[in-house]
Amino acid sequence: MGKHNITMTINGESVSAEVDSRLLLVHFIRENLDLTGTHIGCDTSNCGACTIMLDGKSVKSCTYLAVRADGAEITTIEGVAAEGTNSHLQQAFHDQHGLHCGFCTPGMIIRSMDLLKNNPNPTEEEIRWGISGNLCRCTGYNNIVKSVQQAATEMAKEKEASV
Amino acid sequence: MIPANFNYHKATSLKEAIALSSELGEEAKYMSGGHSLLPMMKLRFATPEHIIDISKIEGLSYIKEDGDMLKIGALTTQTEMEHNTLLKEKYPMMGDAIWLTADPSVRNVGTIGGNIAHGDAANDQPALMLAMRATVVAEGADGTKSIPIDEFFHGFYMTALEPSDILTEIQIPKAKKNSGGAYHKVERKVGDYATAGVAVHVELDDNGICQQVGIGLTNVSAVPMRLERGEEVLRGQKITDELIEQVGQIASEDCEPESDLRGSEAYKRSIVNTITKRMLNKALERARQ
Repeated sequence: MGKHNITMTINGESVSAEVDSRLLLVHFIRENLDLTGTHIGCDTSNCGACTIMLDGKSVKSCTYLAVRADGAEITTIEGVAAEGTNSHLQQAFHDQHGLHCGFCTPGMIIRSMDLLKNNPNPTEEEIRWGISGNLCRCTGYNNIVKSVQQAATEMAKEKEASV
Repeated sequence: MIPANFNYHKATSLKEAIALSSELGEEAKYMSGGHSLLPMMKLRFATPEHIIDISKIEGLSYIKEDGDMLKIGALTTQTEMEHNTLLKEKYPMMGDAIWLTADPSVRNVGTIGGNIAHGDAANDQPALMLAMRATVVAEGADGTKSIPIDEFFHGFYMTALEPSDILTEIQIPKAKKNSGGAYHKVERKVGDYATAGVAVHVELDDNGICQQVGIGLTNVSAVPMRLERGEEVLRGQKITDELIEQVGQIASEDCEPESDLRGSEAYKRSIVNTITKRMLNKALERARQ
């Protein structure tokens, strides 16, 4: 049933494909585009491993139809920084040991990008609520919170320097 | 998990969506944010033959006061509501609820219209709408209709909406002087559905007498529930600690919870009592500010 031609921008590149009505966005990203940095954890919109940026907002791609993303601008973890470089958040997760196994990290970083865009200087509590839809079974979250704090500080410094 | 086969249709106007729905019949379902419907489809609890995507319809995302009403467009996302200054300043009950609904990424997509039209007593917005005495505006094959919230919820996932009806707007009486509301739910973990939740809205006169009160309960009955007996106790009275105690007791008696993974029936009755009292106090505090 239902085939649809869709076009979207993923990590700056235009992508077109024919998809089934029922194809989930996360499957499109991982299997059609081979961008396997976006993970499938719970597959029920609880864990946040599949979080991507869709038109500037963090979205759980396991609970989004690929066909609905027609015309959208999407960023996955592969697109958050130029090849061979780290974004402030990526660097901070590295510096602060914000990961152990790393399965939740792409979702954590994308979610934190949305959080810091809307709230560049969040309190610890705001960070914890802000990532409440992203589960980590390794770290106990403390180092993830520190990572987001470091990134916020670095981003503020960069902004100040550019003024 | 992958949903059963269906056919996707994108509607770009209300007219187009309603025409599609009328043509495709009862096996077509509207989808706005999709964060209630799509999980059900993935679990094969719902297997609609057609999905009509209404999320791209323009002009249905707004929050404004108009005359004596607060009007919220059905496609307004929970995130948009969370960051809205008018709601923050005058309708803090909304913030109480949205903060506890799912998580930020889900709220980026989930809409207020979907939260209500889904007809799930576990969702948070229905209790708020009962407390604030909202009216639901819908448009369908037979025109526009206004449905008082007390006539909206018919049963488990059942509402007054006909298959072709689209919920377009929520209308809430504008916040009056000396009025206040509050919502809280107990949840097992952040973002979970309520084990139990209570929404309270009170309006006082200049002498502190309760002119109007609304109490809505979340997830302790098959249909979102108004605590009528509790409201009657308070209406026309100066609300005292004794009356609050009494209404808490009534709430625990009148709610209809079932034992499940979130707790036993007795536990739920007990927390409904406690949350009702706390929310009455919080709503009163806000009304007196």
